[in-house]
Amino acid sequence: MAQLIGEGIGRVDGPAKVSGRALYVDDLHVPGCYYGATVRSTHAHALIRGITLNLDYDWSDVIVVTSVDIPGENVIALMTDDQPALAEQVVRHVTEPIALVAAPTREKALEAARNVRIEYQPLPAIIDMARSRGEEPRIFGNDNVFKKLELRLGDVKAVTGGVLIEGEYEVGHQEQLYIEPQGVLAVPREDGGVTIIGSLQCPYYVVKALIRVLGHDKLNVVQAATGGGFGGKEEYPSMLSAHAALLATRAGRPVKMVYRRDEDLRATTKRHPARVKLSTRVDESGRLLSLDADVLMDGGAYNTLSPVVISRAALHVSGPYRWETAHVRAAVVATHTPPNGAFRGFGAPQAMFAVERHLDKIARTLSIDPVELRRMNLLREGDLTVTGQVVKAPGGLLALDAALAAADESPLPPLSPIPGGGGDAARRLPGRGVSVVFHGCGFTGNGEAKIKSKVILELQGERIRVLTGSTDIGQGTDTIFPQLVASVLDIPLSWVEMAPHDTALVPDSGPTVASRTAMVVGGVVDAAARKLHAALQVEARRSAPFAELARARRARGPLRVEHQHQPDPSLRWDDERYIGDAYPTYAWMATVVDLAVDIDTGEVTYRRLITATDIGRALNPVLASGQIEGGALQALGWATFEEVVTDGKGLMLNDRLTNYIIPTAADAPEMVTLLIENPYEGGPFGAKGLGEIPMDGPAAAVAQAIEAATGAVLNRLPMTPERVLEATP
Amino acid sequence: MKLSFVVNGQPREAEVRPMARLLDVLREDLRLTGAKEGCGEGECGACTVLLDGQSACACLVPAVQAQGATVLTVEGLGDDPRLARLQEGFVRCGAAQCGICTPGFLMTAAELCQKGQVLSRAEVRDAVAGNLCRCTGYQKIIDAVEEALCADQPR
Amino acid sequence: MLTSHAEVLSPRSLQEALTAKASHPETVALAGGTDLMVLIEANKLAPSRVLNLWGVQELRGIDAQDGWIRLGALTTWTELIHSTLLADHAPALVEAAQTCGAAQIRNRGTLGGNLANASPAGDSLPPLLALDGVVELGSARRGLRRVPIERFFLGYRKTALERDELITAIYLPARVDGDETFFRKVGTRRAQSISKLSFCGRVRRQGGQVTLARLAFGALGPVPLRAHTVEVALEGGPVRPQLAELLLNDIRPIADVRSTAEYRQRAAVNVLRGWLESLAG
Repeated sequence: MAQLIGEGIGRVDGPAKVSGRALYVDDLHVPGCYYGATVRSTHAHALIRGITLNLDYDWSDVIVVTSVDIPGENVIALMTDDQPALAEQVVRHVTEPIALVAAPTREKALEAARNVRIEYQPLPAIIDMARSRGEEPRIFGNDNVFKKLELRLGDVKAVTGGVLIEGEYEVGHQEQLYIEPQGVLAVPREDGGVTIIGSLQCPYYVVKALIRVLGHDKLNVVQAATGGGFGGKEEYPSMLSAHAALLATRAGRPVKMVYRRDEDLRATTKRHPARVKLSTRVDESGRLLSLDADVLMDGGAYNTLSPVVISRAALHVSGPYRWETAHVRAAVVATHTPPNGAFRGFGAPQAMFAVERHLDKIARTLSIDPVELRRMNLLREGDLTVTGQVVKAPGGLLALDAALAAADESPLPPLSPIPGGGGDAARRLPGRGVSVVFHGCGFTGNGEAKIKSKVILELQGERIRVLTGSTDIGQGTDTIFPQLVASVLDIPLSWVEMAPHDTALVPDSGPTVASRTAMVVGGVVDAAARKLHAALQVEARRSAPFAELARARRARGPLRVEHQHQPDPSLRWDDERYIGDAYPTYAWMATVVDLAVDIDTGEVTYRRLITATDIGRALNPVLASGQIEGGALQALGWATFEEVVTDGKGLMLNDRLTNYIIPTAADAPEMVTLLIENPYEGGPFGAKGLGEIPMDGPAAAVAQAIEAATGAVLNRLPMTPERVLEATP
Repeated sequence: MKLSFVVNGQPREAEVRPMARLLDVLREDLRLTGAKEGCGEGECGACTVLLDGQSACACLVPAVQAQGATVLTVEGLGDDPRLARLQEGFVRCGAAQCGICTPGFLMTAAELCQKGQVLSRAEVRDAVAGNLCRCTGYQKIIDAVEEALCADQPR
Repeated sequence: MLTSHAEVLSPRSLQEALTAKASHPETVALAGGTDLMVLIEANKLAPSRVLNLWGVQELRGIDAQDGWIRLGALTTWTELIHSTLLADHAPALVEAAQTCGAAQIRNRGTLGGNLANASPAGDSLPPLLALDGVVELGSARRGLRRVPIERFFLGYRKTALERDELITAIYLPARVDGDETFFRKVGTRRAQSISKLSFCGRVRRQGGQVTLARLAFGALGPVPLRAHTVEVALEGGPVRPQLAELLLNDIRPIADVRSTAEYRQRAAVNVLRGWLESLAG
């Protein structure tokens, strides 16, 4: 039955999801439940002079919580302790939570929130990231820098030959836009503790944050069916859970908090805006001699995960190319704007857009074909990355050749007229763009060694339960893990089930992030299954297939094995100097996009998107290609549609789905999704991480295609019709 | 008002405010939580139901306009073998990932199936453009809908 | 989530509807709900009384009468798209309907609602302007009156509709031989898009000479508008694409979260010129 690996079986939660039986947090009906709402700052930076209740309002059935009601510490614990659960004396960004209310109905809660009056004394604010570092007022530390880092390969200054080519690239915020808004239900427990049921990616993040806020550990966190995350439900649910738990504890009854879309858009984390300056030297044949990169990111008002985001940006700004020397400086700074946070790709897409556009500039300057320039410089076996990591079994060329071949072979859908599109009068020019990217799989450097991910397998009769803190947010964890166990043990899939993602039951398998779940935690599941088989053989004192041994011991009690991730001892990483094996392995992807640009309006129409991705091994090709297609469209959205428009205070103005525009099915291109199997010995059955890489490459390919079609050179995302038209010669 | 209508083939009644959203009536009064709320303004389509056979965003329909109407929600899809096949196809093709948009897509597709239209792939894309999905890139959703529409054609 | 506490009356006849509106002029008319329900949910409108017109049969139907096409105010976008009469007489309006919202919205949203809502980006408005549409308004006391569409829009979301009136129908003149129309909607994405700008043009040519020109733009300012300067310049000669440059005399585009004034201006001129060029051949 090992053939289960590589089979595109339907997701195990599919039947529940297509029948309406899958329960998301807002679907949970709890008698006596109150609804929570949040009172938020209307200032970017201000002193809070007073919080008062409108005395003309009926507060008899309303619970109100402010920072003084927090039993533990007023902090959302993550990397640093800078972010409060509720602002006390100072607000540092618009939409920062100040007070909470709960009432018997949602309407009453929203109304009550409007009757809480906050008196402010406004203070000067920093909105522009370019004016943050070392400036007043101070938001974080001594210099408003959350994290800065530097890495070097050889001596850039020693390279003086070749052609100097410089460029500056800029990307804006992007909203994750999970279709299910953030939501959490907090239910008081009989022991005085609280149960959190929520739409979230990382239940143990919430546990760790709540212990600090509540001052006790009588709590468990349960993941409800989760309507998309993309990083947006990595750290933010800790904030929302803290709020719901505070209200529920105070009210002595369950409290549900589900954000309305406008609140979700205005208040929750986004992709970090970035400005990347590249100064490079290239010889006349196109060989890359030196890379000098300066990456600046806007972290917003609190640290959240920004240090890790900037680190990934720094490690990817080289692109998948061989540079003879490199010097990368990267910093993420504080501004008085809503904090930015995790989002699929996690710093890499920003860096990759910059370097891929820069390769186009090099190609343009030297009159070299942009594809050939990439082919010439792609990392090959034994090359060094900018951290000095020796490249093993790189998939860049495999991916590029496969994608280009498919572009020649598969039909290009006709550019058909569309209603309102201008018919014969429209002047639409076709263009093709190509990009190549890589993405480090799993945590950076020695991250996994610190996390110590655990998985438990429980055998009872012939049923195996998989206990893991890794969640399924749509990407298919709950299907892949049973597939792995059944394959390793050569048993029917129906023998394996997933335990509920409840921290009362499951161990900490590390967060569900960083393209690590299938590769890293899947590896732990694989090893745990082997361990279980070994345990049965020891118990039976004979070697036999697992199924036979399991049947023979059917009458005996349950058997439990636990396994913890064992990092590859051959990996070396110097976290101070950023030297060594930055990632255990890399996924590689080539994109070929065909589009048309209306030169009268700057509107871009996508026709076909070909991706070829080296993912090591496709454990479940249907789920794997689904991840890539979804991520690629998210990238196309970032490329041409999605723009967060803010006012002078950093408040998002287009806080609705009518004006924060994501692609529909009619905007999406036909996709050809090629999965390249180039096994990685450290992953289960050779699998690598694949969740994020599709976010990295398409935007740059689109920019190249627009340039090919119109001559418009765009170095800033999103490439809205306005910017395309303006740049069109 | 007393709302009387037929939901998934069953006569139902509920005491509601006339301007209550059909979405809230279904989810809260009838506890049919299959229709989801993604935006509350008719943009995302996650709350799509069939109202007298036509797709509608339940967040934009006041209860008073459902009086005497026939409503089909995702919970009632499986009763029709043809639509049950549509559901199975969604799972098999990988058209559902996180699943929050899935009920809405299924209802929009159900209207197409019931009308028995023959649509090109591009037309299928236009027909389901009122439903937003952030997980799939739509490729596998279009596959599943196209397959269901083809299966319905006489051979 | 925000349930309106409004009292709702569901009249069965137009007379009943007009009487109810006259006796409580603060009553808000409800057609398909696709705009009204959004305003209520966004807490931008809290009506105390709502007049649910959905069951008034006299407000439905598309038919030809004495050289005019009458569209009942409750005609939905879906009905517009499937009307063979309109396919012949007002293809630009049908094309506009195809770009409005998505299937779910088109099944409920109505032409009357689009006029009453009076968003400058309303999808039907440029075609109705370019086709010389006439709005029919009814009141219990004064009966019916007809207002040319261009005089219906007074300011940002302000119309000629009196407080005791309801929109009852829209009339379009039957198509005349030699008429050519064009509709263009410019948005960030194809479907479910609210316009950055929209345009509907109509020219009538006899012997190569333009005898009538109607050029209507949406989403450029507080109201949908006609480009009179260009229209006058076009009439009486062959189609001259360079006249598109005169458009800047007619439009003063606005900037908002959906686009910039500069873009709207340049794209509007380009779209108009592109169409004129295709006409000039």
